[in-house]
Amino acid sequence: MRARRRRTRFLWDAVGLLLFVVIAFPVYWMVASAFKPDDELNGASPTWFSLHPTLSHFNDAIHRPFFWDGVKNSLIIVSATVLLSMVLAFLAAVALAKFRFTGRKAFVILIIGIQMLPQAGLIIPLYVVLARYHQVNALSGVILTYMTFVLPFSVWMLRGFLLGIPKELEEAAMVDGSSRVGSFVRILLPLVAPGLVATSIFAFITTWNEYIFARVLLNDQSKQTATVWLSYFTGTSRNTDWGGLMAGSTLIAVPVVVFFLIVQRKIAFGLTAGAVRG
Amino acid sequence: MTSSDIPHGTALAAEATPRPRRRRPFTVARVVRGAAPYLLILPVVVTIVAILGYPLYHLARLSFQKYGLFELIAHHGTSVGWANYSSVLHDSVFWDVLVRTIVFTVANVALAMGIGTLIALLLTKVSSFVRVLLTAGLVLAWAMPPVVAVQVWVWMTNRENGILNYTLTKLHVGDYSQHDWLETPFSQLSLTTSLLVWGAIPFIVVTVYAGLSQVSHELVEAAEIDGARPRRVFWDVTVPILKPIFLILTSLSIIWDFGVFTQPFLLIDQTRINASNELMGIYLYEEGYVKTDFGRGAAISILMLLIVAVLSVVYVRKMVRTGEEAS
Repeated sequence: MRARRRRTRFLWDAVGLLLFVVIAFPVYWMVASAFKPDDELNGASPTWFSLHPTLSHFNDAIHRPFFWDGVKNSLIIVSATVLLSMVLAFLAAVALAKFRFTGRKAFVILIIGIQMLPQAGLIIPLYVVLARYHQVNALSGVILTYMTFVLPFSVWMLRGFLLGIPKELEEAAMVDGSSRVGSFVRILLPLVAPGLVATSIFAFITTWNEYIFARVLLNDQSKQTATVWLSYFTGTSRNTDWGGLMAGSTLIAVPVVVFFLIVQRKIAFGLTAGAVRG
Repeated sequence: MTSSDIPHGTALAAEATPRPRRRRPFTVARVVRGAAPYLLILPVVVTIVAILGYPLYHLARLSFQKYGLFELIAHHGTSVGWANYSSVLHDSVFWDVLVRTIVFTVANVALAMGIGTLIALLLTKVSSFVRVLLTAGLVLAWAMPPVVAVQVWVWMTNRENGILNYTLTKLHVGDYSQHDWLETPFSQLSLTTSLLVWGAIPFIVVTVYAGLSQVSHELVEAAEIDGARPRRVFWDVTVPILKPIFLILTSLSIIWDFGVFTQPFLLIDQTRINASNELMGIYLYEEGYVKTDFGRGAAISILMLLIVAVLSVVYVRKMVRTGEEAS
């Protein structure tokens, strides 16, 4: 009996390992290819692991036209969107978590409903309206657009973190004689700081990864974001610089992967905490 | 109780019992308190209405207008009544695209949910080392930006020296050297599905696995003692407990896959995108934006938004209910 159980466990482990290889392979292959010399990339049979790694593809990628423009624009757009969104979303999250008021439900429906809108369906109205106010081909137009997507989930996530703070702590501060605002600043803010960081990172990732609106709303190559830069990498030539493409891909993925690893647990928790309860 | 405690105690008691009061005075403090939640949500509401509400209103108007490049510059469209809608609804391409998008969505959601649930179940069976390893792999896949993932797929599946063709040939699946994965519309969309499912699985696995860990061992053991076979236990104990999670994941996946744009748009070579492989998001982009026929594009957008709105009713209602409960 025990031997059989051990054998099935071994079998499941083998299946698990195989799945790990299949799932992680594309990421491995991206990084591995970025470091490979050209003859190994274009040879008839691939090398699974290069014994002569090179940094030349990274050098090529960052010296391609508009790479640094893309990174700079992405950073401007991301930081402005995240900063503005966090301030506004935090206020609304406090209202949702700490007050009962008429219209609360309508606000919740608005917040959740917006997240369901397909982005493709919004290309035309946003383009036409932003064109009217001369916000096409301007970073400010993209920042405003991104805010409408970042705000709803930020409000929702922050509300969850605020609800996690025990009421007693807040009340204790009030009994001590501090005002509502005072108790908020001294007690609530430090407690919610990790939630604020997690939500900001999530907003960072969403904004950094966004593609459709950046592509449609920013026409000049010098105004493009990093993801749009990457999407144009292959161009129209027949001979693609695969090493450079993978190096560029790695560079654009790295900040996201690092940040993602930091918040992954919190995001999974935030999503499931709401889901399982019902 | 010592004597010194008595006055203190009574003072507290007096404060605790509500004093008979006439109508509470209409003070500044109370007004501020009542207005506070509205002031707090005001900035978010204003931003959303201005940047999303106004364009949506504009979208509805556009869909009844002739609005091309000329009108875009002149900031003024000419009214054409229902002409845009009738043109779209009488276009056989629209119906082809709609059917294709529905089939594509069903296939993607079924595959991602099925494989994701199986992997989550597998995670409960493997040793802790394999579990940590597999979870790490899933998180890596999850973290990949969509545009980056597309480029990696392009490289892995390219005709001349892609690793996929090489591996399939070496494994004697068939002669795949020089095989073009973008040859037929079916192949193009299957390739897109492989990318989307790969990207969607991690979220599903993590969520279902978290749900599985909440299925209490006592319940499973009780069922086993009662003589239920593992399969029975799964269908009669585990599945009902996971039902709310499945409901949310499925409706979210449907909504995401129905509106998908970036991956098929970038993965299927630009020169090959046409009526034979377009999904709803891309069709809309080509008809409205690329052909600068914004009026007709607006009509398609409205139709797409309506379909997604119907699809999301289940999810939104569920989320609103949990939102109400939690507070």
